Amino acid sequence: MYRYDAYDQRAVDERVAQFRDQTRRYLAGELTEDEYRPLRLQNGLYVQRHAPMLRIAVPYGLFSSAQLRMLAHVARTYDKGYGHFTTRQNIQFNWPALADVPEILAQLATVQMHAIQTSGNCIRNITSDAFAGVAGDERIDPRPWCEILRQWSSFHPEFAHLPRKFKFAVNGAEEDRAVIQAHDIGLDVIRNEAGEIGFRVLVGGGLGRTPIIGEEIASFVPWQHIVTYCESILRVYNLHGRRDNKYKARIKILVKALGIEEFRRQVEAEWAHVKNGPSTLTEAEVARVAAHFVDPVYETLPAHDAAYAEALADNKPFAAWAKRNVRAHKVPGYASVVLSLKKTGVPPGDISAEQMELVADLADAHSYGEVRATHQQNLVLADVRQSELFKLWQTLRDAGLATPNIGLLTDIIACPGGDYCALANAKSIPIAQAIQERFDDLDYLYEIGDIDLNISGCMNACGHHHVGHIGVLGVDKNGEEWYQVTVGGAQGNDASLGKVIGPSFAAHEMADVVSSLIETYVENRHEDERFIDTVRRLGIEPFKTNVYGKRQQERKVAHG
Amino acid sequence: MAKVIRNRSIVDDARQTVRLAEGETPEGVALPAGPLLVPLAVWQARAAELAARGDVGVWLAAGEGAEAIAAELPRLAAVGVHFPAFTDGRGYSTAALLRTRYGYTGELRAIGDVLRDQFQAYVRCGFDTLQPPEGRYSDEQLQAALASLSDISTPYQGAVDEPRPLWLRAQRGVAA
Repeated sequence: MYRYDAYDQRAVDERVAQFRDQTRRYLAGELTEDEYRPLRLQNGLYVQRHAPMLRIAVPYGLFSSAQLRMLAHVARTYDKGYGHFTTRQNIQFNWPALADVPEILAQLATVQMHAIQTSGNCIRNITSDAFAGVAGDERIDPRPWCEILRQWSSFHPEFAHLPRKFKFAVNGAEEDRAVIQAHDIGLDVIRNEAGEIGFRVLVGGGLGRTPIIGEEIASFVPWQHIVTYCESILRVYNLHGRRDNKYKARIKILVKALGIEEFRRQVEAEWAHVKNGPSTLTEAEVARVAAHFVDPVYETLPAHDAAYAEALADNKPFAAWAKRNVRAHKVPGYASVVLSLKKTGVPPGDISAEQMELVADLADAHSYGEVRATHQQNLVLADVRQSELFKLWQTLRDAGLATPNIGLLTDIIACPGGDYCALANAKSIPIAQAIQERFDDLDYLYEIGDIDLNISGCMNACGHHHVGHIGVLGVDKNGEEWYQVTVGGAQGNDASLGKVIGPSFAAHEMADVVSSLIETYVENRHEDERFIDTVRRLGIEPFKTNVYGKRQQERKVAHG
Repeated sequence: MAKVIRNRSIVDDARQTVRLAEGETPEGVALPAGPLLVPLAVWQARAAELAARGDVGVWLAAGEGAEAIAAELPRLAAVGVHFPAFTDGRGYSTAALLRTRYGYTGELRAIGDVLRDQFQAYVRCGFDTLQPPEGRYSDEQLQAALASLSDISTPYQGAVDEPRPLWLRAQRGVAA
């Protein structure tokens, strides 16, 4: 992974000193609340329902065991002993005291971590494929490009006060695991017919209040020009994005208003001036950054480890876990392991300080000291020998990190919701828990198969509900918490936005609603058809009919 | 006389910013003697008269693009870019375009809600003169704020003040 040089370290240290002084001036009354807000946001600090929330950047989801130990220390010392991984591959703490935050950031800087631009109307943490570098279907490793763009976007003076937040995602594999179609800029690293590396550039995607799938603005931007091309997009947006209404301020609204052709024309006109300028990338710089992402020295191993195969045959729970939580690796004899943070009874994405330390130890023992955070709010040990999987599973199981549910109905994406977040209309965590409790039978979960259920507590869509096969959105109706349900959303190469099935539901109805949706699927599916494929084949009608029909009958019975 | 920061020093400055009050027209507004920044509309209405004075510049409101005065730049004594709120970042791009696209080398002044925590960004985007709201900072505070001009001493990316990104300026890779 990327290791700081003296320049990176200095920039982060200086940022800590800057924010320490800003916080001092705020507490001394020299900075008003309004003046301090954007400063603290761009250092990851929100003011939440109970306390400030600090969101720490995990650039493109990649971090080290030493960093994870520091996060455990922060959790224990400044928080209530746990942290929460987000859909942007970051981690957030819900209970630090505002006055402690500069010191927390100083300690994070000692392990090359920070909270820079994890919030605010600026370029945010860049997300990518949690299996970058180890996936069999990877064309080009996206991580060096993420790092180059991270550096370019950090403290960018021209784009420090954009109309609204700005999110990049980068994918380099056949299967898009970075949801690039739902980002302000989505980059697909590709090769052209001549074998040269470049980027297919999508723009104007995003979820939130107005969900839109990104449109292609360029089919191939050669790698040398990706910084100037992005700069051109940002400049057009900075100058012309709406600032009169924060709900219309994302780049997607500008792209829709102008149309992709006109937006492209403006970007190209801008680009004509800056292309080939000083920010044109050099081979030396790309090589310098890429050198941080070379493969570890893998051992030559048999493609199928005999002891692993034996354990799979002998131990049903292990086999169940391996089926859902272990992924093929590009190197024979190795595997990538997903650590589920979706145990029933634990808020999705939450992890305790003890678990963090354990994962750090396991990363050192089994995975070259590196960990990844997925945008589905789980963790990954990417480089595990097959021969060590059984031992690893036993340790994870004892620590509550081996729930065998990756990609299943209980692997729910959920924002912190109304329990923590000041923006939320409704709680997310109890809904996730009710669904997890309803579907506690593993055999049935496996029978249902691959399905994404995503929950957001408000239309800001941190829980990515629009792209869940089943999406749940918390809404406020006269001060009460209600939940709107969509079906048919999807992430990945054939991303789509879910359709609302009808009037919203009360919290206590949600487990029944999901049961009805699942029953409809199970009754109607063709062999080996996933939930999303059945929805696409049949449309939402049968799902709707079943959910609302059944509920009407129940009401009649109840009132009759 | 107002205090402004010019080229990283605090200086007294006599240039007045003219705003059109209700009922005033660009053609009719009375202009005081001495160095001025006038609204774009005033310049457009009275360019010949104002250019002849030699001490008049134009300030652009947010939303008025650099292209609006590109042709006038040789005749302007200064250019102001107005920040209606420090969170409105359009002026950064406007400044960058004036310097890089239109080759403007004269005084470029940030006016409006110009606050010290954005000073470095202003300078990086090409402003040489920063005019905080009158009375916002004490002399001591303004003095202390000079240090914030280099809060991030070695920025990664190129900008107007230093067009070369770090990879062209430094031998990188020495461990922290």
